[in-house]
Amino acid sequence: MTEVHEIVTGPITCHCWNGNRTKFAMSPSNTEVHIYAKKGSKWEVEHVLREHGSRVTGMDWAKKSDNLVTCGADRNAYVWNFKDGHWKPSLVILRINRAATIVKWSPEENKFAVGSGARIISICYFDKDNDWWVSKHIKKPLRSTISCLDWHPGNYLLAIGSSDFKCRVFSTYVKEIEEKPKETVWGKKMPFGALMGEFSNGGGGWVHGVSFSPSGDKLAWVGHDSSVSVLSKVGGQENTAIIKHKFLPYLTCKFLSENSLVTAGYDCYPVLWNHDDNNQLTFMNRLDQKEKKITGHLSAMEKFKGLDKRATTGGSSDTTLDTTHQNAISQISVFAVDGSGNASKFCTTGVDGRLVIWDCR
Amino acid sequence: MSKNTRSADFRKVDVDELDEEKFIDEPEVSQDDDDTDVISKRESEVKSLTLGGRNLDALKVSLTDPPVYSKDESAKKRNFDIVLDVLTRFRQSEVEEAVKKLDSEQVDILMKYIYRGFAEPTENSCGILLVWHQHAVAVGGIGSIIRVMTSRKTV
Repeated sequence: MTEVHEIVTGPITCHCWNGNRTKFAMSPSNTEVHIYAKKGSKWEVEHVLREHGSRVTGMDWAKKSDNLVTCGADRNAYVWNFKDGHWKPSLVILRINRAATIVKWSPEENKFAVGSGARIISICYFDKDNDWWVSKHIKKPLRSTISCLDWHPGNYLLAIGSSDFKCRVFSTYVKEIEEKPKETVWGKKMPFGALMGEFSNGGGGWVHGVSFSPSGDKLAWVGHDSSVSVLSKVGGQENTAIIKHKFLPYLTCKFLSENSLVTAGYDCYPVLWNHDDNNQLTFMNRLDQKEKKITGHLSAMEKFKGLDKRATTGGSSDTTLDTTHQNAISQISVFAVDGSGNASKFCTTGVDGRLVIWDCR
Repeated sequence: MSKNTRSADFRKVDVDELDEEKFIDEPEVSQDDDDTDVISKRESEVKSLTLGGRNLDALKVSLTDPPVYSKDESAKKRNFDIVLDVLTRFRQSEVEEAVKKLDSEQVDILMKYIYRGFAEPTENSCGILLVWHQHAVAVGGIGSIIRVMTSRKTV
């Protein structure tokens, strides 16, 4: 059953869930971060975090350490810690001269990556000696704004989608805080900032979303040229499946299992794709089945009234879409995971201010 | 208000050209010399096919290897003229069948030419172009229109 929550009337820029899914944080397209907690069956605001000087563009909540990291157009990032009933921010010096666009904790939560319009990725880790977060930069060969990123489950590799139409995989091995990484299908030598691979779908379209599969052997990205691409490195063989589909571009994508991918975007409904072991990418189904609006019988009076007011004879307003989301879906997050590590529920937020939790089927 | 006596030429400077970090498109494989030959060959092949009444084959030939990498505007214009000529030769009733016989890549290229045709309208092209557009969207979906708008490789 899909759970629909109308949170705000304006767009939700970004959202993230805490480890046990009892709270979520989101930004209502302004400089604030709102923390919601469940009260009965409804979600209500518990805390409002005001620290950013400009629009908050990205956020992530670490499952184990319960730290919240947010980044904004004010070129800053803050790591928030909940202590004694309130959230305390610590500024992270990113050393970028353009807005930050996206931030994500690594799987082990010992570092986080911030993408920005400065064509730089800041990998930030905690420096115990000075008791603050420091950042290291990955610059080459990024040529344009970073629009999305995703961590490899091994905690070392990072996939970046940017507006130069390419998807890249970098190594973020920070020798100060971690052991040398083991070889993966993406390569052997992994010094910090090494480009492990650069991929393109041959067309031109900003990469809006990028996602690693749960094992980290596959990489999917969606572009503004209405394409979905999946690169598979399974068994050491590199294979790319690209579909130039017929719908409006997708803004976000997420692997739900090794073979199942969900995408959503300007069409306002999530779509499931299947990537099988033969590297075939196929459209499965749209998750939001069209609901038939029950118009009922209109009296002659209502018909003419409607004609007078709206120039239509329809009884109900026809500005509402027949999908659950009334505007573009901008972010998908995994809500619940089943025993085998595959997602069983996922959550979407969009420009309509709604938060919807879906069952994967 | 005092008159502005100092030079305002600085306003005409193109700062984007001087930006060191400017994004440059990937160096494209441009075969300037071969282009004109290829297009001339295509022109004659298409002509013979249309004269022979094989409009669909003429369409397929005209849509192969569009000069997207060429920096030569005249070569692109010539190729566009060839394609537009083929498109206008179809009758309204034949368009739907023709589009159905194209593969998805060809539909994307066709869409690019349709939109170029809309941008440079002539007397008898608009009507038939709208029919082409209607059927190309039926096959390629809105995605094919998005690809025309986002592609940096223009026809």
